[in-house]
Amino acid sequence: MLLVGSVFLPLIGAFIAGFFGRIIGDRASQIVTCLGIGLAALCAIPTFYDVALHGHAQTVNIMTFLSSGTFEANWALRFDTLSAVMVLTVTSVSTLIHIYAVGYMSHDDSQPRFMAYLSLFSFAMLMLVTADNLVQLFFGWEGVGLVSYLLIGFWFKKPSANAAAIKAFVVNRVGDFGFLLGIFAVYFLFDAVQFDVIFAAAPGKADASVTFFGINAHALTFTCLLLFVGAMGKSAQIGLHTWLPDAMEGPTPVSALIHAATMVTAGVFLVARMSPLFEFAPNALAFVTFIGATTCFFAATCGLVQNDIKRIIAYSTCSQLGYMFFACGVSAYQAGVFHLMTHAWFKALLFLGAGSVIHAMSEEQDIRKMGGIWKLIPVTFTVMVIGNLALTGIPPFAGYFSKDTILEAALAAHTSTGNYAYLLGMIVVFLTSFYSWRLTFLTFFGAPRADHHTMEHIHESPKIMTIPLGILAVGAVFAGMLGVHFFVGEGREHFWGEAIKVLPIQDSLHKMEEHEEHMTLVGHLVALLPLLLSLSGLALAYLFYIRRPEIPGKLAANFPALYQFLLKKWYFDELYDFLFTKNAFRIGRFLWKRGDAGVIDRFGPDGLSALTANAARRLGGLQSGYLYHYAFAMIAGIALIVTWFVVGKPG
Amino acid sequence: MGNFLTHSPILSIITFLPLVGALVILAIGGKPDVVARQSRIIALWTTLLTFVLSLTIWIYFQPGTAAFQFEERFDWLPQYKIGYHMGVDGISMLFVILSTFLMPICILASWEAIEKMVREYMVAFLILETMMVGMFCAMDMVLFYVFFEGVLIPMFLIIGVWGGGRRVYSAFKFFLYTLTGSVLLLVALLAMYFQVGTTDIPALMQAQFSREMQYWLWLGMFASFAVKVPMWPVHTWLPDAHVDAPTAGSVILAGVLLKMGGYGFLRFSLPMLPEASAYFTPLVYTLSVIAVIYTSLVALVQEDMKKLIAYSSVAHMGFVTIGVFSANQQAVEGAIFQMLSHGVVSGALFLCVGVVYDRLHTREIGRYGGLVNNMPKYAFAFMVFMMASVGLPGTAGFVGEFLVLGGTFQVSTWTALLAATGVILGAAYMLYLYRRVVYGELTKDDVKAMLDLEPREIAIFVPILIVVMWMGVYPMSFLGIMNQSVAELVSGYHAALKNSADIAPLGSQFLAWLR
Repeated sequence: MLLVGSVFLPLIGAFIAGFFGRIIGDRASQIVTCLGIGLAALCAIPTFYDVALHGHAQTVNIMTFLSSGTFEANWALRFDTLSAVMVLTVTSVSTLIHIYAVGYMSHDDSQPRFMAYLSLFSFAMLMLVTADNLVQLFFGWEGVGLVSYLLIGFWFKKPSANAAAIKAFVVNRVGDFGFLLGIFAVYFLFDAVQFDVIFAAAPGKADASVTFFGINAHALTFTCLLLFVGAMGKSAQIGLHTWLPDAMEGPTPVSALIHAATMVTAGVFLVARMSPLFEFAPNALAFVTFIGATTCFFAATCGLVQNDIKRIIAYSTCSQLGYMFFACGVSAYQAGVFHLMTHAWFKALLFLGAGSVIHAMSEEQDIRKMGGIWKLIPVTFTVMVIGNLALTGIPPFAGYFSKDTILEAALAAHTSTGNYAYLLGMIVVFLTSFYSWRLTFLTFFGAPRADHHTMEHIHESPKIMTIPLGILAVGAVFAGMLGVHFFVGEGREHFWGEAIKVLPIQDSLHKMEEHEEHMTLVGHLVALLPLLLSLSGLALAYLFYIRRPEIPGKLAANFPALYQFLLKKWYFDELYDFLFTKNAFRIGRFLWKRGDAGVIDRFGPDGLSALTANAARRLGGLQSGYLYHYAFAMIAGIALIVTWFVVGKPG
Repeated sequence: MGNFLTHSPILSIITFLPLVGALVILAIGGKPDVVARQSRIIALWTTLLTFVLSLTIWIYFQPGTAAFQFEERFDWLPQYKIGYHMGVDGISMLFVILSTFLMPICILASWEAIEKMVREYMVAFLILETMMVGMFCAMDMVLFYVFFEGVLIPMFLIIGVWGGGRRVYSAFKFFLYTLTGSVLLLVALLAMYFQVGTTDIPALMQAQFSREMQYWLWLGMFASFAVKVPMWPVHTWLPDAHVDAPTAGSVILAGVLLKMGGYGFLRFSLPMLPEASAYFTPLVYTLSVIAVIYTSLVALVQEDMKKLIAYSSVAHMGFVTIGVFSANQQAVEGAIFQMLSHGVVSGALFLCVGVVYDRLHTREIGRYGGLVNNMPKYAFAFMVFMMASVGLPGTAGFVGEFLVLGGTFQVSTWTALLAATGVILGAAYMLYLYRRVVYGELTKDDVKAMLDLEPREIAIFVPILIVVMWMGVYPMSFLGIMNQSVAELVSGYHAALKNSADIAPLGSQFLAWLR
């Protein structure tokens, strides 16, 4: 019951608020959705305790979903440590965001709709993480995509919101295209899509090769790469990342819940879930590492120069997802999921904090128009600083434990991509720290740059918003400390059980531990490096934005090409627009006007009917009405027939 | 009751009940407005009763067997061995339900939209229903052909008389295209009859034709079925027919008539001409993949709502033809499921267009915008159907697409890859349509004045919404029915090919490379 409740209660809330919201009113809709997700979170706690800490993994079968020949998939809820961690994280963060949203959206016209979407999203995400087969996972996967589309476009009167919503859905579909083919490849190889069956059969397929799309290759590598394309779409990795910054068009609680804490982590979850396959595909893992590390770096560089408070955090999310991926890429899935969990807390905190700032600043989002407000909104300021400390990896805050583990594991992996990831990861520690503190300093310190009117109205958010912020802040402080033993420490084998599979030879967490046992002085210094880099990022931001605020402007003026390159996000949007969007419309118009009308119709039906009409007109001309014409035709005809019988049939 | 049913001519009753309704309508007299009102009511009750009766064959259908059920047989022209033979199996049964389900909805959708010659309109629709249901039940080739062609006439009239715009051009285009194909189908059927000496479909399934002959027969049938589906490049009648047809005409056209082609492939081409089917599979793949990509791109740039949905239909039916000729359990079940779901979903989308057309009398996308503000119920229904069309899991559209692509991937990875791009393009054109019509600021005065769904329209949409979700969440209600029949079809097909393993499909070297 607890298991089913933790997944389906939010759906009930969404249903009631969505269909009867107008009848029962705003307040009742908020209560029913908060209650749904809150109770789900309460169900998730004992479940987590039972499944993760006591090792009682279990699966609840609900009913058959699809069955066609040997293809079978059920609606089922699979609870192992991985899904229990995800369920607990999703429901608890989501509950806090639901409560916060009650306050944040209090001036909106369609609150029941908003609350229903939030709950529906939670349900889809929970279906995703508890799936026991790839088809149900895909259901949740597309479900979160749908709700993301609905929520980005929540303010449907804004053209930019509509455009962003479509972009999010379509770009995600590009990823799903790969994911779908990945599912088919899995079915091709294993004749099944249930995780238990696939995972049991995976070692037997370790050396199999297949020919897909005319390319003969290692079967599992191919399959894992296809699945990873899906993960890249949902988790906004480089190439398929363009939708995430635009998704900030949605209301801030959405950004916090969907575009930071949960949905975008689905890709990481997928890779971790499929670890028994990825483990046998080292080249696919190397690719995951490479993409993760590259995204990590790319997004951080974009974050350096953005001016919209939410977009900076969005790029930060993108970058942190890169960390999670390269953790998975070096077979430290546990560290990836650990970072996923801590990140959910502190990134939700940062986003909701940013929402609180925006709320205070009368909907202003440009940090160039803020400044000097920390005394006016002390609670928001405090939690933002805590979020920053967690994000930038300052001990003992949450991010320190998870990010440090990831970096050390990447180094311990001793592979070329692992080293690449370590190097970029280290640089990004510095960059992250810089842009985070830049955001903080520009937002809260210095002379106020907002107009007089806005400054007069600045106020701390109501309790219904600050209390969830406080709880998230507690999570951002303690989540790492409490989790480190279980997720990546000595307790990890007992904790994870069968949920994640790592081949001993690739176990970089184990290598990391061996490393630590024989650590020299240099080794200890290296281990301190991330902290030093983080602090120097803080120092540089302090120099640039507090002590010598004229420097950034000068730098931008002196390096215009670089500045524009970063400001325009490496020109990805422009490139895609030029390559795909414009061409799709151009080709569509060409095929319609030239293909359908110009060729098929012209030479097909219209041409034929013109031909017939023409022929009829000529034949009609023969019917002149003169008797001797007809008589002549008859005689000629008889003559022809007689000739044919006489000459043509000599025998 | 079950026993009674198996001994009563239930299929004939379902088939000809609408015809009886049509006769009753013709018999009523009085003032024109009285006749119109009574015709509507009689038509509605007839179609509802037909639907309820058709549910009994679903209830008493035995899913555990591939055999034809509810069979009826009596001699019609015994000297020519042409009989009146009806029956359904797991492949055809659900199409009967689809037809009878859509009919009352069509009558309701025409309630106010049709104002002239209501009596004749209702008669045409009822005759159409008889033809459609009869076609799916016919177990004799001649009977099949009569119904198959019979469908054309009422549809031709519905477009030509009650349509709009260039309705005569469109009606003739529709008629010429489909008739040209049908003539070739007739030639093929006659050839088969002269070879085997019977027109009984189950008997023909057992018959064996020489390979050379199979090729010609296959091409003859292909000409007819490909036009009906329609496949690229013989699809250009469809957008015009849809644009000018009245709403209910479009619903039936998209909902049922397009399925006649896919059904023909399943009933005739695959089981009777297995070697030819295997030989021409690359051709079908190529045309279908072109259809999916080409028409999706064309749909993207349409300015007319109905044209857009018509083009999307061609793309969706491309999945069907791919699935049929991939000829494995998943792909064929997927193709059938896709036909059913497309029938419901595209029908619903045309109804969505009809709702706003009735209010503003234009189909031009640019004339709308911001409807969500004053028509939230409409926006919700449209959203669900749009998402079903896009193939969102949990809706009807997903299952068919997924099974077709999954099944095809096992046979030809390239085809699956190329067809799967439809998943991306489909999302693009549908979301773009939805955004332009429903989202945005409400600025235009005439659009501001539009009212949300009235009770009659809600009564139309609610059953479809339920079916769309049901098919998406628990598709087993439908897959379970077709399971055995498809299994037999597929195994028979492969057994026939095994006996003649030396077929090199058209362009097989190219295909080998594609694999």
